[in-house]
Amino acid sequence: MLPESLKDNSIAAAVEGALPAALEDAKFGHGELTLEIVPSSVVEVCRFLKDQQGFERLSTVTAVDRYPAEPRFEVVYHLHSVSRNLRVRLKCRLAGDGPRIDSVTGVWRAANWYEREVYDLFGIVFRGHPNLRRILLPDNWVGHPLRKDYPVHGYKYSYAEPEAES
Amino acid sequence: MSGPPIPAPEPASGARRMALNLGPQHPSTHGVLRLMAELDGEVIVSADCEIGYLHTGIEKECEQKLYHQVVPCTDRVDYLAPLSNNLCYCLAVERLLGLEIPPRAQWMRVMLTELTRLNSHLVWLGTHALDVGAMSVFLYCFREREDLLRIFEMFSGQRMMTSYFRIGGLALEPPRGWDKPVKAFLDAFPGHIDEYEDLLTQNPIWLERTQGVGWMPLEDLLDYGVTGPMLRAAGLAWDIRKAEPYSSYEKFDFEIPTRTAGDVYARYQVRLEEMRQSTRIARQALEGMPAGPWKADAPKIILPDREKMKTQMEALIHHFKIVTEGFPAPPGEVYQAIESPRGEVGYYVVSDGSARPCRLHIRGPSFGNLQALPKMVEGRIIADSIAIMGSMDFVLGDTDR
Repeated sequence: MLPESLKDNSIAAAVEGALPAALEDAKFGHGELTLEIVPSSVVEVCRFLKDQQGFERLSTVTAVDRYPAEPRFEVVYHLHSVSRNLRVRLKCRLAGDGPRIDSVTGVWRAANWYEREVYDLFGIVFRGHPNLRRILLPDNWVGHPLRKDYPVHGYKYSYAEPEAES
Repeated sequence: MSGPPIPAPEPASGARRMALNLGPQHPSTHGVLRLMAELDGEVIVSADCEIGYLHTGIEKECEQKLYHQVVPCTDRVDYLAPLSNNLCYCLAVERLLGLEIPPRAQWMRVMLTELTRLNSHLVWLGTHALDVGAMSVFLYCFREREDLLRIFEMFSGQRMMTSYFRIGGLALEPPRGWDKPVKAFLDAFPGHIDEYEDLLTQNPIWLERTQGVGWMPLEDLLDYGVTGPMLRAAGLAWDIRKAEPYSSYEKFDFEIPTRTAGDVYARYQVRLEEMRQSTRIARQALEGMPAGPWKADAPKIILPDREKMKTQMEALIHHFKIVTEGFPAPPGEVYQAIESPRGEVGYYVVSDGSARPCRLHIRGPSFGNLQALPKMVEGRIIADSIAIMGSMDFVLGDTDR
C-alpha cells in the first residue's frame, strides 16, 4: 500500500495504479524513492518500469543482510532513467532460509553480472538466470562472505577439497 | 623433400575453432582480466570474460570500519581516480548525516576531482596508444601525469592514494602557495593536449586501427549498463555533473562533449575533449576559489584543529571520541552517484544507526562497462579486441573490488 505522503509521486502512483498487488510499501528519504516490492512480482514491476516509465538503465543490483532479523535479506535494485533524469530504488525482502528470487536478466542484460555477484557474495539464488556461477570468488569457494555470519578474517579452509585427491 | 604431404587447411566452417586465452597476465588487459575467445581463423566468434582476480573483499572490510576509516579504502577501489571515489563516498555519508559543506571545500573538491580526471585520462591515453602501437604518446602523457602527481603530493602528502577528502570537508588545510603549481599546470596543459592530438588525431595508422571498431547500438550500451565516455561517444549527452549536480558543479560553466560514431576513435575524441573541459572547470575553480573555512562546522564529526586541541578541553574530548568510537549515523540509506572518469561511480551506504556502515556497496563503472566487452569483440579480429579494451578504460580494482 502506498502511504498518503507519496500519492503525488508520479512513479509510486503509477506502480500502485498498474500493479497494486506488487507494492508492499514505499518510502521517500534523502531525496530518493524506495519501493518495496513483493519478491514474486519483481520481474513484472521491472518490466513495467522499463517499458512504461522509461527506466532504461539498471544501475546496480545488490543485497543487504539484516542478520539476525527476519526476513533476513534485502535485494536492492537501483534503476535510473536518463530521459527523465530520475532514480528509483526497488527492494525485495527474502527469508534467510534458502533465499530465492526471479532474475531480471530478461529485462536488462546488465543484471547478469550484478546478480552473479549477489549470488557469489550472499548466496541468493536468481531463478532463470542464464549463467548463475560465482563471479568474483573461485568456483570451489565455500560460503558467502558478505553474509553477516561469515567471519571477517574468513575460515582457515575456504576451498572445497578437490574430489580427485582422495 | 619427402615425408607425408602437409594437409590443406580446413575451410573456415567452424569445424576447427581455436580457443584463445588472453590474460590474466596480458599487458593489454591493464590488470588481471581473463578474456577467453573462440577463434575462427583470426576472427573472434564468441568471447567470455573472467574477473575476480583482484577481489579484495573491500566491501566486507568497510563494514568493520568507522565511517572515517572507510575513506582510505575507497582510494584502493579505483586507483587511477582515487579522489573521485573519495568524493563519492564522502558525499553519500554527508547526505546521510545532513552535513552542509562550506563553499571553499566544495570548490577545492571540484578542482581536485577534475585534476584527477586529467590524471586518469592521461594514463588511459598513454596505455591505449601504447597497446595500439604508438609508443611515444605514453612518454608525453606520463610527463604531464608526473606534474599532476606532484600537485596531489603537495596537497595530501601522497602521490596516488590521496585520501584527501574527509566527511565534512578536506583532510588538511591546503598548503601555502598551492595555487602556483596548479596555475602553471593549467596554463601549460591545453598546449600539451594539442601535442597529443598532433601525434594521433590525423595519424593514418591510428585512424585505421580505431575507426569503425567497437561500435554497438546505443540501446545495447544502456542495456548492458555501460556509462561514461562510451555512452557520450555513441551520442548520448548524459553526464551526472550536469544531470544531477553535486558539490556545486551547477555553478561551473562547461560542456558535455559528444560524438555519434560510437567507435574507438569517437571515444578517443570524447575523452580528449573532456580533458579540455576539465581544464576549463579546474581553472574556474582556481580563479573563483571562495575564502572561508575548508571544513564544515560539526565538532562531533570532524576532527578539531590541532591548536584547539591543546587549549580547549571540549575539543580534546571530541577528538578522543571521534578517533576511538567514531560518530553514529542516523538509520537510513543513500545512493550517491557521481561522474568518475570512467562513468557512473555509485556508493550505496546503509546505516543501522551505529558508527559503522551496515552495508557499503560500491558500483564501479568498470564492472558495468566490462559486461559489454564479450558482445563488442564478437566478429572482430584479435587486434581489434586490444583496441576495444583500451578504449573501455577499465580498472580491474574497480571491477573486482
